[in-house]
Amino acid sequence: MKAIIGRKLGMTQLFTEDGARLPVTVIEAGPCPIVGVRTTDADGYDGVQLAYQSVDLEDLSKPEAGHLKKAGVGPHRHLTEFRGTTDMNIGEAVTVGVFGPGDHVKVSGTSVGKGFAGTIKRHGFSRGPVSHGSHNVRAPGSIGQSAWPSRVFKGKRMAGQMGNKRITQRGLTVIDVDPSRNVILVSGAVPGPKGGLVEIREDVH
Amino acid sequence: MNIVQEIEAAQRRDVPKFKAGDTVKVHFRVIEGNRQRVQVFEGVCIKRQGHGTRETFTVRKQSFGVGVERTFPVHSPKIDKIEVGAIGMVRRAKLYYLRDKIGKQARIREKLQ
Repeated sequence: MKAIIGRKLGMTQLFTEDGARLPVTVIEAGPCPIVGVRTTDADGYDGVQLAYQSVDLEDLSKPEAGHLKKAGVGPHRHLTEFRGTTDMNIGEAVTVGVFGPGDHVKVSGTSVGKGFAGTIKRHGFSRGPVSHGSHNVRAPGSIGQSAWPSRVFKGKRMAGQMGNKRITQRGLTVIDVDPSRNVILVSGAVPGPKGGLVEIREDVH
Repeated sequence: MNIVQEIEAAQRRDVPKFKAGDTVKVHFRVIEGNRQRVQVFEGVCIKRQGHGTRETFTVRKQSFGVGVERTFPVHSPKIDKIEVGAIGMVRRAKLYYLRDKIGKQARIREKLQ
């Protein structure tokens, strides 16, 4: 299992050797101590639970603090479980060093919330005419037929909450890793705002 | 300075000072197959845009009677060097008006050294 929890710091560009510009996202990740290991024998699946971002003990509830103390790990704010096995022991920390330049990764995070959005913004619908007495400017239009089926199909694209939802971006590549600053550079864009929590996992094609 | 700014600062190269209106000679490395040579693009800088490592500038010249514009990233490693010739005396930052002028009208007043 190659995975780590981090925080998106922002985007920038790098020049490649042949002079092309490459958009990259800077992520500050780890160190993430291992808090628990799940095994097929005991739990029915293989998994590793990681903690991220140390905090004061007072910021945690007693059950949270106890759970971490049992693993011999200091107080941390976030806990995430990743599928897979590891040869590391409970209490040891996963750092950005597990990834290297050229690794294929997927990054999950909570996308930027856009609130309750209409169909134009949310699904890219066209708008209606704005003049000649039209009142159909940003309305969605017809949402179905009458006699049959006399109902609206499930999954019909309509207005609603846009963003603020877990998104996984696949097909990204690790460009650079800086273990001294716990920083990892990933090609392209990653879900979420600056400062948003992201999970980086290895992407098997 | 935050980490993103540090990464950007590390990319920045030493570039001579120039602005829109100045005549510049850009020595640009071109890779042809496995050969590499330096191509010179000389003309008037008509704009600088963006900032930090993302900054670009556009050079305009007349080539066989046709106006040609080319945009380069200021800190591109493909730029061998930038030579600044005449300093132009212009009153705006973006010289788009040069596109509509031809011949004598497309001249820029030069600052005497």
